[in-house]
Amino acid sequence: MTEFATRAPRVVAAAEGRRRRNGGPRGGVILAFVAPFLLPFLLFYVVPVAYAVWQSFLVVRRSSGQYGVPYTTFGGFEQYVQVMQNTEFWASIGRVALFGIVQVPVMLFIALAMALLLDTPLLKIKSFFRITAFMPYAVPGVIAAIMWSFLYSPQFSPIVDALQAIGLQPDFLGPAGVLWSTANISTWLWTGYNMLILFSALQAIPQEIYEAAKLDGASNWVIAWQIKVPMITPSIVLTTVFSIIGTLQLYAEPAVLRQISSNISSTFTPNMVAYAVASGNNYQQAAAISVVIAVITFVLSFAFMRLTSRKAGL
Amino acid sequence: MSTRAPIRESRISRTAAMALMFLLAIYFLLPIYVLIVAATKPQGDLASTFGLAFSHFDLFQNLGTLFGRSNGIYGQWAINSVIYSVFGAAVGTFISALCGYALAKFRFRGREVLFSVILGGVLVPSTALALPLFLLFSATGLVNTYLAVFLPSVVSPFGVYLARVFTAAAVPEELLESARLDGAGEFRTFFSVAFRLMVPSLVTIFLFQFVGIWNNFFLPMVMLQKESLFPITLGLYEWNGQTAKVSLLQGSVISGSLVSIIPVIILFLVLQRYWRTGIAAGALK
Repeated sequence: MTEFATRAPRVVAAAEGRRRRNGGPRGGVILAFVAPFLLPFLLFYVVPVAYAVWQSFLVVRRSSGQYGVPYTTFGGFEQYVQVMQNTEFWASIGRVALFGIVQVPVMLFIALAMALLLDTPLLKIKSFFRITAFMPYAVPGVIAAIMWSFLYSPQFSPIVDALQAIGLQPDFLGPAGVLWSTANISTWLWTGYNMLILFSALQAIPQEIYEAAKLDGASNWVIAWQIKVPMITPSIVLTTVFSIIGTLQLYAEPAVLRQISSNISSTFTPNMVAYAVASGNNYQQAAAISVVIAVITFVLSFAFMRLTSRKAGL
Repeated sequence: MSTRAPIRESRISRTAAMALMFLLAIYFLLPIYVLIVAATKPQGDLASTFGLAFSHFDLFQNLGTLFGRSNGIYGQWAINSVIYSVFGAAVGTFISALCGYALAKFRFRGREVLFSVILGGVLVPSTALALPLFLLFSATGLVNTYLAVFLPSVVSPFGVYLARVFTAAAVPEELLESARLDGAGEFRTFFSVAFRLMVPSLVTIFLFQFVGIWNNFFLPMVMLQKESLFPITLGLYEWNGQTAKVSLLQGSVISGSLVSIIPVIILFLVLQRYWRTGIAAGALK
């Protein structure tokens, strides 16, 4: 008590001196906390994005004919017109769209089923299942693709050996199969991560909610699909949005498979197109392609969130 | 409670659930198991023996070949990966903690706008950043240096998000208030009171960023030409591209892949609870 008494005058002084009417510290102090992150964020996130947007409105022209001196000038939407006419780019968008329409639901359905099972008393050794599923998250995409290439290769693969032994002729790297072989690598890498997000959301639901349903005699199946799934809808939306972003960004896995399969072109995914164009020193066109990819990502993510929130009546 | 409904799960559904989960566990473990088996085999046995069964145990010869190849370049790649990931994640965690703390505990104008802009960064494809960054870094002479990979890796919008969520939950306002009343400045309050409470969540942020940088491929691929600066992912990618011509490299790609995933898997098993905290925070908000 005496301590409080002696403190009181200092309290007032400190509160007057350091803090403003709205209760926060002075602007300089806030800046000192925020700036160490904000400065690199501006330099390595905001500036590159702005630079790419600016570049996408430039064109390289030549002073006279094909052999004239090249110079860079403002070109309006010229680069974007070229992107629209770039059939390889749109083919790559179509490819990842097909990939996403199949792979994302399959992966998230497996992740959801695993999370729901882990949330029931049906299973033993739950932590073993959780850890094995999450383990691939620790493996870089490049290494995962190298590991799976080994399993796809007709020369080395025990899977191909086993399938041939029962009379099948699998062609994981063929023109029809290679897209799905890539999809399998993504599924292997990310199912466990998504499963843990959904499982954490399930764990956060208070158990009392199920009590009434149980008293009514609802089975675990009904509780899972009619109570649990609707309750974790926000997390399902989150994992879907992350998966859409990931699909549009595909690069490392197909790039590795390209090293062993001639059925993956240098323009297999949108990012591979952007990289191939940039490697040809056409940075303005590469910038326009990157901007289009980013815009498609934003639009799809927001459209999906809007669609699901309206459906859920939120 | 005695009013529990009778247990309805028959033996069949228990068995079916266990069987399904075991199948999935095999799916997740199979590539790692095959990699381990392949890493122990002499080069000649890779194609001629069945991939699921061990043959000659040549793991140590293979590791010798791996680390001896091209004057020990693999060891250099491993060190580079550690440098990029450890320092990048350490600096990144620290600045995320400062910023996340400010966003959680200070009230200032534009706070929510700032937070939204930072969160928007999560949506920007990292590949869309790498190409313009390459041009900006070429202009400043940073391309082909450690800094070219290190500097952009430091920024983690997701880290700031986690730091804000964790701080709001783990650091009680009253503790900060009493430190301030004792006359401590904002920085002393942060370092002597808040920081200690934030440590468990900072470990989580560090882990996520560490793995993000360790697994990164596109940024170093765009930025680096000098082999001696490569992280493991880029080095193995280059080797893998040469196996068609230099078939003896196949063995080193395999043992190199195994060596590269082991430290992260260990980190991961040892620090399991921190992963779950991070993922739970991501899931709930």
